[in-house]
Amino acid sequence: MIAPTDDALRLDTVTEVTWTQLVTASGLPEGELRELVQYGALVPTDPAAPTWTFESRWLVVARTASRLRRDFELDPHGVSVLLSYVERIERLEAELRSLRARLG
Amino acid sequence: MKYKDYYEILGVKRDAGADEIKTAYRRLARKYHPDVSKEKDAEEKFKEMAEAYEALKDPEKRAAYDQLGRHDPGQEFRPPPDWGQHFAQGQGGFDDIDLSDLFAGLAGQRGRGGARRSDRPMPGSDYEAVVRISFHQAFNGAEVDLELSALEWDADGGVRRVPHRVKTRIPRGVTDGEKLRVPGKGGRGRNGGPDGDLYLDIEVQVHPLYRISGQDLYVDLPLAPWEAVLGTSVNLPTPAGPVTLKVPAGSRAGQQMRLAGRGMARGSGAAGNLLAIVRIEVPTVVDDGQRKLYEELSAVSNFNPRAQLDQEAAR
Repeated sequence: MIAPTDDALRLDTVTEVTWTQLVTASGLPEGELRELVQYGALVPTDPAAPTWTFESRWLVVARTASRLRRDFELDPHGVSVLLSYVERIERLEAELRSLRARLG
Repeated sequence: MKYKDYYEILGVKRDAGADEIKTAYRRLARKYHPDVSKEKDAEEKFKEMAEAYEALKDPEKRAAYDQLGRHDPGQEFRPPPDWGQHFAQGQGGFDDIDLSDLFAGLAGQRGRGGARRSDRPMPGSDYEAVVRISFHQAFNGAEVDLELSALEWDADGGVRRVPHRVKTRIPRGVTDGEKLRVPGKGGRGRNGGPDGDLYLDIEVQVHPLYRISGQDLYVDLPLAPWEAVLGTSVNLPTPAGPVTLKVPAGSRAGQQMRLAGRGMARGSGAAGNLLAIVRIEVPTVVDDGQRKLYEELSAVSNFNPRAQLDQEAAR
């Protein structure tokens, strides 16, 4: 039998995921994920909407949050602070890669 | 199964207290956690210490680990026969699993304690895999075959490793460090729960010519001094095939020549650009005839590349 080929999907597209999908993907208790939204570490597409949806790129952030929570035994506030550093490191690394490409 | 000395991995004595174990783990996690560390082999090391901590921080699991006895790290061993009361052995026995799987089995059994709980729909776990692709695979997109290995619990709570094969299509234009999601290709859900997803960490191998910056590509364009002065036409390779590039007269080192749309394309969007950066190369060995020509040029030319420096020096 020939195994079917599945598409690997990008996470920077405008595809949206539901709150439930985000909770499931993160593996975090719903209350803790809600706290991360309150601290601004996760941003719903429309925070005022009755049910939240998120751009699919937040899946990776939510999974990183869960990993940091577990591995460093942090509370959600600590996780939110660390997430901002991780995001900053990733942005700087991308900039560095880009500069290196230009310099050769 | 190979023995791992969890105490040694965390650098603590076998009679260390819970606080001591926690401190040791936290100190090491700070140094090796892959999200914050750039240490070599950080990920591998961290996995090992997280596994050790997972077993030693829980009194029940620590007691079970201690019951395995003491062996040299890497030494083949089998759990003692009475260990089976904690662990319902999977069909595959102890041969195809790892020490960490053994503890995952323990946790799995404990988690499935009551019948009420085991009937609940449980979503499958998400898997994560690193996928290394070539520059050209990133440029064109590629189909990759992934051979993963996953833990599976049987009805009795036994655990075994099963091969998990996934064929997936990587879209064109992915970048190094990008994460992709293959929905439904993680662990199987139980009791009607949804299957987990598979996350791919993309690593794009460095290409000897092309350097990636977002959707743009950079390539060095070496020119001889006279080509830079007089202009020339060069055959320039691009990932989609060679093109003829007209180099204008008077091209300077570091100057960028833009080939629109010859960079990386992402999805259905417009492709980035290919930028050729002029490098002036000089011959290191010249024969007498050529040297004479250079000397003649030097005598007749009034070009001063250091005019600004001279001005500054004369102040």
